[in-house]
Amino acid sequence: MEIPYTSEIRRDTGLYNAKVGIWLFLASEVMLFGALFSSYILLRVGAVEWPYGWLNVPLGTANTLVLITSSITTVMAWASLKMGNFGRFKIYHAITICCAITFLGIKSYEYHDKFIHYQVNLKDGRIVDGHMEENGKDEIVILGRYAKDLHDVIDLHERHFEKPQPIKIERSEIASMDNYGPWHNTYTAIYFTLTGLHALHVIGGAVVITYLWLFGASMWKTDPERFTNRVEVSGLFWHFVDLVWIFLFPVLYLL
Amino acid sequence: MSEQKSANHDEHFSHHVRRYLYVFYALLFGTLITVGASFIPFGSREINIAVALFIASGKAFLVAGYFMHLISERKMIYGILGFTVFFFVGLMGLTLWSMADFPVHTVTH
Amino acid sequence: MQATHAVPHAGIHEEHHEDAGFWRTYIFSTDHKVIGIQYGVTALCFLFFGFLLMLMMRWQIAHPQHAVPLVGSLLHSIVGDQMAAAVKDAAGNIVGYSITPELYNSFGAMHGTIMVFLAIVPLAFAAFGNYVVPLMIGAPDMCFPRVNMASYQSYVVGGIIMLVSFFIPGGAAQAGWTSYSPLATSIATHGQTFWLIGMIFLITSSLLGAVNFIATIIQLRAPGMTWMRLPFFVWAQFVTAFLLLLAFPPLEAAGVMQLMDKVAHTSFFLPTGLAVSTLGNISGGGSPLLWQHLFWFLGHPEVYVLILPAMGIVAEIIANNTRKPIWGYKSLVYSALTIGFLSFIVWAHHMYMTGMGVRVATFFQTTTMIISIPSVIILTCMFLSLWGGSIRFNTPMLFVMAFLPMFGIGGLTGLPLGFNFSDLHLHDTYYVIAHFHYVVAPGTIFALFAGIYYWYPKMTGRMMNEFWGRVHFWLSLICMNLIFQPMFAQGMAGMIRRMADGGANYTAAHNSATGMEVVGGLSDTLMRLHVFILWAAICLGLAQIPFIINFFWSIKHGKPAGSDNPWHATTLEWQTPTPPPHGNFAKPVTVYRGPYEYSVPGHATDFTPQNEPDKA
Repeated sequence: MEIPYTSEIRRDTGLYNAKVGIWLFLASEVMLFGALFSSYILLRVGAVEWPYGWLNVPLGTANTLVLITSSITTVMAWASLKMGNFGRFKIYHAITICCAITFLGIKSYEYHDKFIHYQVNLKDGRIVDGHMEENGKDEIVILGRYAKDLHDVIDLHERHFEKPQPIKIERSEIASMDNYGPWHNTYTAIYFTLTGLHALHVIGGAVVITYLWLFGASMWKTDPERFTNRVEVSGLFWHFVDLVWIFLFPVLYLL
Repeated sequence: MSEQKSANHDEHFSHHVRRYLYVFYALLFGTLITVGASFIPFGSREINIAVALFIASGKAFLVAGYFMHLISERKMIYGILGFTVFFFVGLMGLTLWSMADFPVHTVTH
Repeated sequence: MQATHAVPHAGIHEEHHEDAGFWRTYIFSTDHKVIGIQYGVTALCFLFFGFLLMLMMRWQIAHPQHAVPLVGSLLHSIVGDQMAAAVKDAAGNIVGYSITPELYNSFGAMHGTIMVFLAIVPLAFAAFGNYVVPLMIGAPDMCFPRVNMASYQSYVVGGIIMLVSFFIPGGAAQAGWTSYSPLATSIATHGQTFWLIGMIFLITSSLLGAVNFIATIIQLRAPGMTWMRLPFFVWAQFVTAFLLLLAFPPLEAAGVMQLMDKVAHTSFFLPTGLAVSTLGNISGGGSPLLWQHLFWFLGHPEVYVLILPAMGIVAEIIANNTRKPIWGYKSLVYSALTIGFLSFIVWAHHMYMTGMGVRVATFFQTTTMIISIPSVIILTCMFLSLWGGSIRFNTPMLFVMAFLPMFGIGGLTGLPLGFNFSDLHLHDTYYVIAHFHYVVAPGTIFALFAGIYYWYPKMTGRMMNEFWGRVHFWLSLICMNLIFQPMFAQGMAGMIRRMADGGANYTAAHNSATGMEVVGGLSDTLMRLHVFILWAAICLGLAQIPFIINFFWSIKHGKPAGSDNPWHATTLEWQTPTPPPHGNFAKPVTVYRGPYEYSVPGHATDFTPQNEPDKA
């Protein structure tokens, strides 16, 4: 006996199996990201000071637009299959995959930027904040600025966007320094965790979509309805990834 | 027979395609006003947060409702999601409520 | 109507699986029955291992700092000098090795983790569920067979990671199965990191399994199998799957965050101002309570995951061995659903001592009291089901009948823990240990034993030996009570949990010469109970030997079942050949009646299978 309702719809539920499966999985993902968002709120409410302006808004906006584009191309890819057009499906999903790669590229650039951005606390109490230009044995060069105080580093509301200057610092003058990696404070910690987990989901979704894009032709010929359902199910996952970003972007970048 | 069927199908689907396009434009617009609104000083931080989340929820509704077809989905799926949302709100709300009685900001860096 | 052959034979669909070979048939199988047995055997091995950890712990508690007999040198060769301290005699010669507090703590943490996540849940939910549920609903397999196989493999990987952690320098995780930060993060060794990575694999396995179960029960019920004709076991597994699906992800999120704390030196759960040398330069700003909330958000539904499948098994066996329908089917179903729903909003009763405000504590106290109601309803329905029954006292029935009062004790002793004011006194004492072990050990595990004895003839075509089953039952029942009853007294007297020396440090506060009691002092009587409990535990271990021998011996030499339905049961899993072939049913099953049509007046036989049509 074959497993029923893999393509055909079960009458009393109105659903085929994979659709039930993916929505259940997405429900668990809502709880996963929900727990992280709850943690974000808790950590932020409990913090004395919360950074503002540490992330690049134009890049974040670009990433948002990229994901939204990929969202419509995903649904159009499925619609093309419903209308019987395999060629159009290939084109739309090719764009989707390009969007995914673009998103990950921008994200990697942003991550790299954080890892070369240092906060240097000098022994005389001053703080230098900027990107590492030269990492010598006795001295380092930071392309940045002298911050007025710690608050000036954290809250960038009042920043006037002066041009960053190269600042040479002897290692002997440094009390402590670290870069803006996850360990820097709870803001970077939750930023890297939330966006990192999201990026892993982007990669996972992109892998599945690429697989269907590359190897779909044979199933399209033998069982088009089942293939269309697979594309729909992977599309649902992709839309969820977009949904998470729709909340991540304002929460991390804008607020 | 199948040509007629696919023609009807196409026609039926062109409604859907147009709808997807409108949703897309709405999402683009929504993104731009989210960014714009974050720079408007509404007075208090809370209002900025509320505005941003309101717009985000609107965009989420569009993606979930139209791209994920939730607006015409079955009761079973609504049921699963309904419980999920309830438990998510419970997790977030009860955790924050339980922390509400702690003294805030007693330790500085 | 019933097939009368009991010898395993190939079904119609075995033909095109002939060339599957050993690996695809037994190791990389996507058949739910094979996967169910894989889960079952693996889980029983972990159960045994967790039991051994407990024996070593109990020995150490009864004889603090004494050399461990038998396994002392073995421990030392595995964990080294740091964790197994040399015990010397008066002349300075090494006579053996004792368990250091660090090793004790790692045994404690891993005993809990292994028993909960690697033994009971896989056995109760995944093993029995996988094998029985598709058969009970008339389905050919689970909805997503390959996902099912992936879920088992993920479980094995997680389990291996957990076991490997014993062998790394510094040993396994030491901060309890609850892994509270900052302790879990500040212990310098990597056992906790392994624990977290292992948990991610285990959680993935559970999530995949949960999706499979829910989708299968929704979509693959046979024609005529309406929701209210489902055996209660299926309802129990359905609710359990939802609990796993929605409650595990927050722990996965927390696990990722704690992993980041360990590996990337973030401070999600580490507060500002912490001065611990092993933590180095951390940013602070985190919240230890956040970990507790996220952990217990899973932790509480998890205990219902442990008990619901057991209740399902109990219902099936009671109906079958009383030859009458269980009393209150609808009440049982609605109670199970209510328990599932409420279990998500009671979790902070594990956190009464964290200083949360009065109103939120009252909220959690209220929901905790409310959730006891459906639990009592379920137990009451089971008790009432016995009334007027024509009871057959076979081994499964004995275990199930013992389950009822044992779970009763476990559940009732939970009530003082659910109230804020009494939990103040009992939190983190041995009372808690006694409470939850009563529910899980003579509770769930007894139901699982019953399930093994009950479904064994369907899996193998042979019965397990009845005499040795009774020996196993009586010895286990007596020993379990001897182990856990005294712990209530110890806990109420103030003996706290997780003490490597069993509380020897606190006996100094009790002066046996003058009999003067100092508050918190532990008397000699209480301490002597440790030795008593140790011997009861050893007897419990010995009592399992007949079971293990019986289990393996009966595969080939047990009494043949005589038919495909030796228990004369009504549910669908007994209406298949033995063992069921790939695809389970030759053609689609149609269900005509409810699950417990026993002793229907006017009927020729005292049971009517669900798929038997009306004669008229």
